[in-house]
Amino acid sequence: MHLATVINVFIRDFRKQKKRITLTLIALAWGTISIMLLLGFGEGLHQQLTINRNGMGEGIAILWGGQTSIPYKGLGKGRPIMLHKEDPAYLKERVPKIHRIGGEYHRWHVKVIYQDVVLSEHITGITPEWEQMRSHIPQMGGRMINHLDVDQKRRVVFLGYDLKNRLFGDEDAVGKLITINATPFTVVGVMIDKMQMSSYSGSDEDMAAIPNTTFKMIFGDPWLDNIVYQPYDVADMEEVKDGVREAMAAKYKFDPEDERALGTWDYASGTREFNNMLMGIKIFLGIIGGLTLFIAGVGVANIMYVSIRERTREIGIKMAVGARKSYILVQFLMEAIIITFGGGLFGMSMSYVLTEGFKRVPIESDVLDFMGRPTISWEIGLIVITILGAMGLLSGFFPALRASSVSPSESLRYE
Amino acid sequence: MDGKTLIKLRQVKKAYRTGSVEFEALKGVNLMIPAGEYLSIVGPSGSGKSTLMNVIGCLDVPTSGEYRFEGQLVNTLSSNQLADIRNRKVGFVFQAFNLLPYATAFENVEVPLLFARVGAKKRRARVAEMLARVGLADKATNKPTEMSGGEMQRTAIARALANDPDIILADEPTGNLDSKSGEAIVRIFDELNAQGKTVVIITHDKNIAGHTSRMVQLKDGIIETNGDLTGRRLAD
Ligand SMILES: Nc1ncnc2c1ncn2[C@@H]1O[C@H](COP(=O)(O)OP(=O)(O)O)[C@@H](O)[C@H]1O
Ligand SMILES: [Mg+2]
Repeated sequence: MHLATVINVFIRDFRKQKKRITLTLIALAWGTISIMLLLGFGEGLHQQLTINRNGMGEGIAILWGGQTSIPYKGLGKGRPIMLHKEDPAYLKERVPKIHRIGGEYHRWHVKVIYQDVVLSEHITGITPEWEQMRSHIPQMGGRMINHLDVDQKRRVVFLGYDLKNRLFGDEDAVGKLITINATPFTVVGVMIDKMQMSSYSGSDEDMAAIPNTTFKMIFGDPWLDNIVYQPYDVADMEEVKDGVREAMAAKYKFDPEDERALGTWDYASGTREFNNMLMGIKIFLGIIGGLTLFIAGVGVANIMYVSIRERTREIGIKMAVGARKSYILVQFLMEAIIITFGGGLFGMSMSYVLTEGFKRVPIESDVLDFMGRPTISWEIGLIVITILGAMGLLSGFFPALRASSVSPSESLRYE
Repeated sequence: MDGKTLIKLRQVKKAYRTGSVEFEALKGVNLMIPAGEYLSIVGPSGSGKSTLMNVIGCLDVPTSGEYRFEGQLVNTLSSNQLADIRNRKVGFVFQAFNLLPYATAFENVEVPLLFARVGAKKRRARVAEMLARVGLADKATNKPTEMSGGEMQRTAIARALANDPDIILADEPTGNLDSKSGEAIVRIFDELNAQGKTVVIITHDKNIAGHTSRMVQLKDGIIETNGDLTGRRLAD
């Protein structure tokens, strides 16, 4: 076979049949774009739901003080059990399956001042573990409270997203001084704009977090308001909760069975339902994606099919004036490959441009917060192009194969 | 080349199968065409003229019988060898023109040259020469939709001549044309034959058959009469 001849004829014909080729390209690109965007937005939604769900934290338990309700070893009931600042370290030692743990203070209606903005806000005293346990993730250009801050009782503050806006507006907050309870604090970071679907003590967006050691020094709280801990493995949550209760019972001498002595609430039991919901969304999008793909495939096949008569004649004419079968087939193959790659690549680029564009839209909206940012997947793009390309190839190539296999007179008679 | 046998058919049959029904379009045709002859094939519609022409032009292969082209047995040739014969040795002209609709006159004439792997420069010269030969030098960039029927058929003749074939086969070449354009086409065939080319024309038109030196009449897939027209032509 003479490739030069085939390529020569191919290029010539390709340039001549712009309309049909453009139509096929558009159908292919359209299919690719719609599926990639659909699945891209689905993936963004999925990621965002995961982030939102973890807005408060994933696989954590919260412990707070209570009152004994059962007499124990000669001690009467109704005795208050309070959390001491040394308890987190004690529990970490006694319950090895605890990964992270920290004590937390809260104080509401604290005067927070920046220049002429005076607010009354919720202040928390926390530790660096909040970054992982409670998704206190800093925006670019800032940081969370670190161990040195805690050890040296530094007067640094990490601001919730909304509070930062109320204090500073559009102004950059990191490095600025604010006053909390008449004490100057340096802003070291601002929390990302996260969606929080649950909370135990108000929204993280509206609080100002300072090191818990600094908190104790300034406000002088004798007890921790709560302890937050996170096992290495969520599956161990019940075991760890029992371990914590037993260790606390031993230390504070109350009946480990006494439900009222300490309050506990964990955030692990919802995980399975949540995962089921995500799976449901994925299956739903998968079905819609499959249907879209099918329709796009039918579109591509239809264009190929519509031109069968025309193309069969074309093949008959070429064969009648001396084209060998292989010339015809290679030409059709090249055409299918180029159209598939061209349309696919164009579709993928357009999807990329559209999703990137969408990500850069500077609108602040709760809806967008919920939708997340579309994330396109190249693997899906490749699968889509392969399937559409195969459909186009089959619907175009098989008629060509047939037309080039029968005698030219047969193809010329084709109606 | 004159006088040598170019085409030889012996007991050629061609059957078409449509579903379970088999129809014999050629029922044993014997025909010899010497090089340089000007031959017309006539006969009622459905008598097998086109089928015979397709077999002669290697657009189709006989079901049985023996077909020799320049002494070579065509029955046994591969599809590539048949393609090469169609490309270099046969020039086919159809009633329906069969031009590539998206290509210009120039590009249509160029197609057989491309498949014959003629170099670009020689190709262009040859196309221009053939278009001039049929009087279409100024229509090179016209597409079929921008040409009259006569012009389309002349383009098809230029394409048939591109690789300087040994035989021109024209299946009712004037069937879709008005009589004036038809005459111009026949005149081209006359000239080609006068220059030594073997020409076979299928026609309904007795006038056109009158231009040729021999007339073969087909009926129900067999040759009914096979008459020398030279005498009559001379007598005209
Ligand atoms: N590819 C085909 N399949 C089935 N029947 C055919 C085919 N080609 C021709 N025929 C039949 O063979 C007969 C002869 O056809 P054809 O050679 O075209 O006749 P003509 O050209 O003399 O009008 C007709 O009856 C026609 O219907
Ligand atoms: Mg016919």
